[in-house]
Amino acid sequence: MAEEKRIRRVLIGKPGLDGHDRGAKVIARALRDSGFEVIYTGIRRTPEQIAAAAVQEDVDAVGLSLLSGAHMELFPEVVEHLKQRGAGDIPVIGGGIIPEEDVRALKEKGIRKVFTPGTSIQEIADAFRELEPEGA
Amino acid sequence: MDIEAVISGIGERNSRAIARAISLVEEGNPGAERVLSSLDPPSVEKAMVAGITGAPGAGKSTLTDKLISHCRGLGKRVGVIGVDPSSPLTGGAIHGDRVRMMQHALDEEVVIRSMATRGRLGGLCASAGAAARIMAASGCDPVIIETVGVGQSEMDIIRIADVTALVSAPGLGDDIQALKAGLLEVADLMVVNKADKPGADMLSMELKEAVGDREGRVLETVASKGEGIAELFRAITDVFGKNVNSGERDRRRCEARRAEVVDWSLEMLRPHLQRMAQGEEVLSGDPRNRARAIVQSLLPPEDR
Amino acid sequence: MAKHPQYKEWEEKTLGKALQKMPERKAEFKTVGGLQLPRLALPKEIDAEYIQKLGFPGEYPFTRGVQPSMYRSRLWTMRQYAGFSTAAETNKRYRYLLEQGQTGLSVAFDLPTQIGYDSDHQMSRGEVGKVGVAIDSLADMEVLFDQIPLGEVSTSMTINSPAAVLLAMYVALGEKQGVDREKMRGTLQNDVLKEYVARGTFIYPPRPSLRIITDIFEWCGQNTPSFNTISISGYHIREAGSTAVQEVAFTLANGISYVQAALEAGLDVDVFGKRLSFFFGATTDIMEEVAKFRAARRMWASIMRDRFQAQNPRSWMLRFHTQTAGHTLTAQQIDNNVVRVTLQALSAVLGGTQSLHTNSKDEALTLPTEESVRTALRTQQVIAHESGVPDSIDPLGGSYLLEELTDRIESEAWELMQKIEDMGGVIPAIEQGFIQRHIDDAAYTYQQEVENKERIMVGVNEFKSQEEVKVPLLRIDPEVERAQVAQVQKVRSERDEQEVERSLAALREAAQGEDNLMPPILEAVKQYATIGEICDVMREVFGIHEE
Repeated sequence: MAEEKRIRRVLIGKPGLDGHDRGAKVIARALRDSGFEVIYTGIRRTPEQIAAAAVQEDVDAVGLSLLSGAHMELFPEVVEHLKQRGAGDIPVIGGGIIPEEDVRALKEKGIRKVFTPGTSIQEIADAFRELEPEGA
Repeated sequence: MDIEAVISGIGERNSRAIARAISLVEEGNPGAERVLSSLDPPSVEKAMVAGITGAPGAGKSTLTDKLISHCRGLGKRVGVIGVDPSSPLTGGAIHGDRVRMMQHALDEEVVIRSMATRGRLGGLCASAGAAARIMAASGCDPVIIETVGVGQSEMDIIRIADVTALVSAPGLGDDIQALKAGLLEVADLMVVNKADKPGADMLSMELKEAVGDREGRVLETVASKGEGIAELFRAITDVFGKNVNSGERDRRRCEARRAEVVDWSLEMLRPHLQRMAQGEEVLSGDPRNRARAIVQSLLPPEDR
Repeated sequence: MAKHPQYKEWEEKTLGKALQKMPERKAEFKTVGGLQLPRLALPKEIDAEYIQKLGFPGEYPFTRGVQPSMYRSRLWTMRQYAGFSTAAETNKRYRYLLEQGQTGLSVAFDLPTQIGYDSDHQMSRGEVGKVGVAIDSLADMEVLFDQIPLGEVSTSMTINSPAAVLLAMYVALGEKQGVDREKMRGTLQNDVLKEYVARGTFIYPPRPSLRIITDIFEWCGQNTPSFNTISISGYHIREAGSTAVQEVAFTLANGISYVQAALEAGLDVDVFGKRLSFFFGATTDIMEEVAKFRAARRMWASIMRDRFQAQNPRSWMLRFHTQTAGHTLTAQQIDNNVVRVTLQALSAVLGGTQSLHTNSKDEALTLPTEESVRTALRTQQVIAHESGVPDSIDPLGGSYLLEELTDRIESEAWELMQKIEDMGGVIPAIEQGFIQRHIDDAAYTYQQEVENKERIMVGVNEFKSQEEVKVPLLRIDPEVERAQVAQVQKVRSERDEQEVERSLAALREAAQGEDNLMPPILEAVKQYATIGEICDVMREVFGIHEE
């Protein structure tokens, strides 16, 4: 008999003031339907709140969604706050309307994967599944 | 984070350590046993575990959120375990209640953890019980377990709570008969939330009638406005205090621990049983007789 | 053929009067081939069912349109939503659009402004000037409308929770320009209920929010009678994932809540009723969209006339703005979006919209460039002047399919609205998550259909090409935020602090009591109190809403 797969836990957060949560909610449900346990933070959270919740929930990954364009400021702050809480190993994925130049810059700042408009839900779920903790 | 760091981190109230400890238990990691045997017994003994249950839409998470604020006002460190059902098809779950408690995210004295039922009937009870003890060992008192009041797994949760409050609200189409048949009997307190809505008085009356005249078992709250929260918390601690003195708390805990032992044992046996159930005879004999043979082989001779 | 008596009556009275006020654009309307187009095509026999369900344009139940001559007299208002970074930059874009023949302005505010935070508030970090223009005080408003005469343009403002503050700033600026309040024209979105379920820029809990809204209704009724005091918005509900039926049901249910709140505040339904306006989305599903617009008009007419007993036919009219549906735009093969927008705009015109924003093809990826905004505007102009569609009223009316769809959307929307009524109205339905659940379910179903190709999206899951999606760089310079923060701090340092505090104290008192909030807000903005300061006073009194 195949070894039972460990259930993965992810946190989907919306930092900043953007209230467009259709994408975040659809992804949360799609991940649930792919067998993830998903913690959803709701809209209008600070990066620090998101990082703190991710630590308490001991998630395997954090997914951030932001459409307002404030990603360059807010995504790296989530990574920073995770580090400050001794959880720099929890990988962070970001999605939004993100120009290519910013994608590179975000990756340099520790965002593991960045999704731009037009990415299928399947690709995103796969990315969460394949993620390994930092340094593993 | 290694096991030693987890163990020392719990006592130091380190969020990451507490969270990792709960995960080790949930995942059935062998390290969990060392963690659990390290928990400080007096802290675990003293902490009150309160169960908040009720139908979807009754306002449980708002109520829990306000209870957290109230306890923080009293200077208490609070643990919260939010339980949501896992999808039977995919095993996944969505924990959306956290949305209502985000205002406490930066408060280091509030430990919140979402747990899914993971399709294990009794197994969740075991994991949640361990999670509550880990939180208690880190200084949380009370520990609040919030769960949707429908189905077997929720009934199991109630077993591990020292005090249980059943939340209902007017306009949900709650059938009082259904409540009566199940949770009403095991709940210590009945909360009519959204008490400012039409139909609340009626619901209170019906509940009071249903539970008999025991004074103070039915309470009214308007969680969204924070009304009735202090009274509710006082009622919870009163029940707890009374039960401590009467020995009822210990009796309940004994029963819950015994059930947990059985749950854990079955969980631990499961892989062995699965291995033993392999083999070609599966189609020849009746499954029930096969099971009997397997169990017999596991029992000491005098119990066979 | 002898004319039906009711048709004759319409022609003589309703149409006749309208044409006197506003004659048709041309003496006669012809097809490209030279055939004369009828003003209003009718069935051979006008029977009771026709009168009841369709009637005549400009008359109850307005299924065929709210004006008697529709676009033959005046085309819809072409109104492109714009606003980014600073007030000065946005002002430049407005003046460009006015030069290009646009007839109305539409202001997009940044998120801090929409949520009532000053640019130097902690939550504003990273968001200043990002999705629209940052307005902290009257000083920014002065720059935004520099050299634009407020007596001559109509301005639509996408602002909800702090709508009273922005309205006050606009009026204060108008006074500075010497414009009569009565001449100020525009629309406030001011629709808070949909924020709780779809858009997320709420501040206060629902009930005090409704009070602010009714205060605006009342004040505008007495001061700026040409202002549309609310734009009850289905657009965002649709963008959040709802179906067309849900869009109609939830929007009209919200409309009912506003009317009820205003009636409870003692306002006259015929004073505020005719200033209510609506805002819908238009997707590429042309027939369903046209049916949706017609069904919504018919339903609202009945709600206002029969349920709320409004006497003035203008109160029965559902007048609406349309925006083409942003969620249908694709990042892949973005030129296809021009085609989508064209079909969507066409559906809005066929459905009788009063104003229209056409999305730019790159809007899913970035702030649109000047060129793509122009193409979007040209799309409307081609429909207006080349397609012939505006030259005959309700041109699809009478199509078997369209009438059947109109009836079905109406009956299904009524059914959903009844469920909301049974729960005690929109606010309990929001509190119980009923509306959110319906929208989320529909959004998820839609996405699954795209994922497993039950729904073909050209260039996305079929007819793909080997191109990489590249989001063009249009980053708002972080300097914008720094400059705006400096600006608001400068305003605070230069104003009369005592006067500001006095005006805020007056506002607090009004908020705690029952006086209309508009006069103290107007006074506060004139003293250069900031949006954050004004909203904080109300947060203190009203509390805040948590999702």
